[in-house]
Amino acid sequence: MMILANIISLTIMFAVPLLLVALGGMFSEHSGVINIALEGMMIVGALFACFTLQAFDQSGFGKMHPQVSVFIAILVAGVSGMIFSLLLGFAAINLKADQTIGGTALNQFAPAFAVVMTWAIQGQGLTTISIPNWVRITRETFGLAPVDGPSFLNSLIFKYFYLTTPVAVVLFIVSAVVLYKTRFGLRLRACGEHPQAADSVGINVYKMRYAGVLISGFLGGVGGLAYTFAAGSGFNSTVGGYGFLALAVMIFGNWKPLPILASSFFFALFKVIAAYSSSLPFLPTFSGVKDISNFYQMLPYIVTMIVLIFTSKNSQAPKAEGIPYDKGSR
Amino acid sequence: MAEDFVIEMLHITKVFPGIKANDDITLQLRRGEIHALLGENGAGKSTLMSVLFGLYQPEQGVIKKNGEEVRVRDPNDANRLGIGMVHQHFKLVECFSVLDNIILGVEDTHYGFLQKAEARKKVVALSEKYGLRVDPDALVSDISVGMQQRVEILKMLYRDNDILIFDEPTAVLTPQEIEELMEIMRGFKKEGKSILFITHKLNEIMAVADRCTVLRKGRYMGTVDIADTTKEELSRLMVGHDVRFAVEKKPQVPGEAVLDVQHLVVPSRVHKKDAVRDVSFSVRRGEIVCVAGIEGNGQSELIFGLTGLEKPASGSVSLLGKDVTNARIRDRSKLGMSHIPEDRHKHGLVLDFSLEDNLVLQRYWQPEFQNRGFIKRGEVRTYAERLIDQYDVRSGQGPVTVARSMSGGNQQKAIIAREVDKDPNLLIAVQPTRGLDVGAIEYIHKQIVAERDQGKAVLLVSLELDEVMNLSDRILVMYEGEIVGEFDPKKTTVEELGLYMAGAKKQGEAKA
Repeated sequence: MMILANIISLTIMFAVPLLLVALGGMFSEHSGVINIALEGMMIVGALFACFTLQAFDQSGFGKMHPQVSVFIAILVAGVSGMIFSLLLGFAAINLKADQTIGGTALNQFAPAFAVVMTWAIQGQGLTTISIPNWVRITRETFGLAPVDGPSFLNSLIFKYFYLTTPVAVVLFIVSAVVLYKTRFGLRLRACGEHPQAADSVGINVYKMRYAGVLISGFLGGVGGLAYTFAAGSGFNSTVGGYGFLALAVMIFGNWKPLPILASSFFFALFKVIAAYSSSLPFLPTFSGVKDISNFYQMLPYIVTMIVLIFTSKNSQAPKAEGIPYDKGSR
Repeated sequence: MAEDFVIEMLHITKVFPGIKANDDITLQLRRGEIHALLGENGAGKSTLMSVLFGLYQPEQGVIKKNGEEVRVRDPNDANRLGIGMVHQHFKLVECFSVLDNIILGVEDTHYGFLQKAEARKKVVALSEKYGLRVDPDALVSDISVGMQQRVEILKMLYRDNDILIFDEPTAVLTPQEIEELMEIMRGFKKEGKSILFITHKLNEIMAVADRCTVLRKGRYMGTVDIADTTKEELSRLMVGHDVRFAVEKKPQVPGEAVLDVQHLVVPSRVHKKDAVRDVSFSVRRGEIVCVAGIEGNGQSELIFGLTGLEKPASGSVSLLGKDVTNARIRDRSKLGMSHIPEDRHKHGLVLDFSLEDNLVLQRYWQPEFQNRGFIKRGEVRTYAERLIDQYDVRSGQGPVTVARSMSGGNQQKAIIAREVDKDPNLLIAVQPTRGLDVGAIEYIHKQIVAERDQGKAVLLVSLELDEVMNLSDRILVMYEGEIVGEFDPKKTTVEELGLYMAGAKKQGEAKA
């Protein structure tokens, strides 16, 4: 039973960054911009959020108001991701550059930038920004007395609980509502499907595309922080390919919020199985194989490839994504 | 002289790099009239309408509404002035519902949330009032082209526009749907709305318009009252010289079958169903067989299957008794199959190659043009010069002109020169006159008939019923991937063909 509680809570924790980042990709692509730079946006968001947390830790404010500090760090992650995403927007929308190449360039830039920043601030050789231990939400956060010994509910809820999780729930609901129930969402989707049609009814396609990219930068940045919490060992200028995994989640989720939620749980589950394969007694160990844990660690990526092979044929990608919009050509 | 003009475009000049698309054009639209705007392709009709709709800014000239000067900077301005437009290529989001498409851009909201109930009522009321049948909840991707056009019209009505621009609205419709559209336009006129109707089809102008403004090569040729004019006069204004509408054709007895198609099935590239379903027919020497139908009923895929651009799922194609169902395209070409493709940019020319290289695309490997893999440039040049001269292909720098820089008509002439000069047994021509001006159309029709008269087999695919009736010796109508009827052009009418094209009728067993 304790293992079940662990798996569920771990899955939720790993699903959160995937969900956030995939939703970010969804907004960008519905506006018509392919966002392959999600990985870079996560890194930049996580970098500045971790610096923020570190600063709060050193000033003592973090210990006194842990969740307020985390909330501010989440905002910092989102805003820095947004600023970073402006680069993609400028390249893809103003310069009409190839969006895949622009995104790849940003992905190469982000980790290098993070390494340089980390060294510059922490001193040469210190490549990890450690996460303060007060960021986790515990029973004490709610003023509850600690429980003695193992407890199913306690493990389920409080073992891996960070503020990013409730924030993700809120952002998910807001995303779904915005995309389908608001004027903004309708116009955004029109720009990704048929920008000429949107233009002909007086919608500013460039503005909407910037909006889509900026939202994806925000969600990507927050997702980067959520990943760093989940990874648990501090920030090492990497997010472990989660930006790309999130792209797969988005495609598997058919660019729609609810399926994206489901598929982020699906992928997170495999990630958990991979990370905790050695402590899960029900998994086959394949005696004779030297180190089976390597296989389990490959699992989420293998599953991604297999799933994409089968689903990408029926995908309902926004029709105009990846095509720079040019007012002149009709 | 107090004429009641609702919109006036006075002395409009619009210059694009290297070309004066509109040169001092004046167009005055009376309240409650249907005003046709006539001109060949490239005459400047679309540019003029884009200026009125705010998509382009003119270098000179003014636009007046009700006698007062206005500025139209973007489509929003046009909308505020009550100007709406049905674009030639519909501006509809395919994965949106009809209702969402109509309200897009002018949505009612409550704190940013969409409010659709009122909009739905208004759309239903409008569609009943004007007889524009639509289903507000259907997805645009699921409805017919005719209904998509009605959605575009409703978009204008929903915005309370009273100046309605129709940009070549009949190109995609069946004759019956065209009649219906004309009726709807007359209804708008009765309501006091003013209509600008862009077209190059004279019959439609004669049927529905009150006045007509004619453009030629970016210039204003005059405005005439339809009641006082004739088709011939309009076409003279449009082209600058007399045009013969009928193509002269000698009677001819067809010979042996050149192309024989049996039970051909071709898959579609866009959906899962087969685009061509169990089609059988043959084309004989000395006849023009024409495949008619509305766009998207499998004609393109049929040609892909015949020419080797797509692998047929089943069935057989034979050329002069030889099975070529799975033959390489070059082998088909060697056997005497010539192909004037539907999309001349995609399948007809390498746009960034020179004209001479394009002309030898199918023959560069022949001994006369190459020596151990090296192209004989001199021979190519001589050959290209002969074709250019013989087929009157006009271009800036002769054989070395880049194909992309040539006009559409001359690109098409170059393809025809290449394909006809091969001396083919079978000439397949797909919409050979699409997007061309009347002069070029006349020339191409003559070439096609000349090929037939020399005893070649010709398979023609056309969406223009006039072209079908004029050129063909036999007509096959395609509907949803099947041949639903075979006709003798002398014994049928455009109306009868229309019923078959729309799927309203089907011949019991259409074997050819």
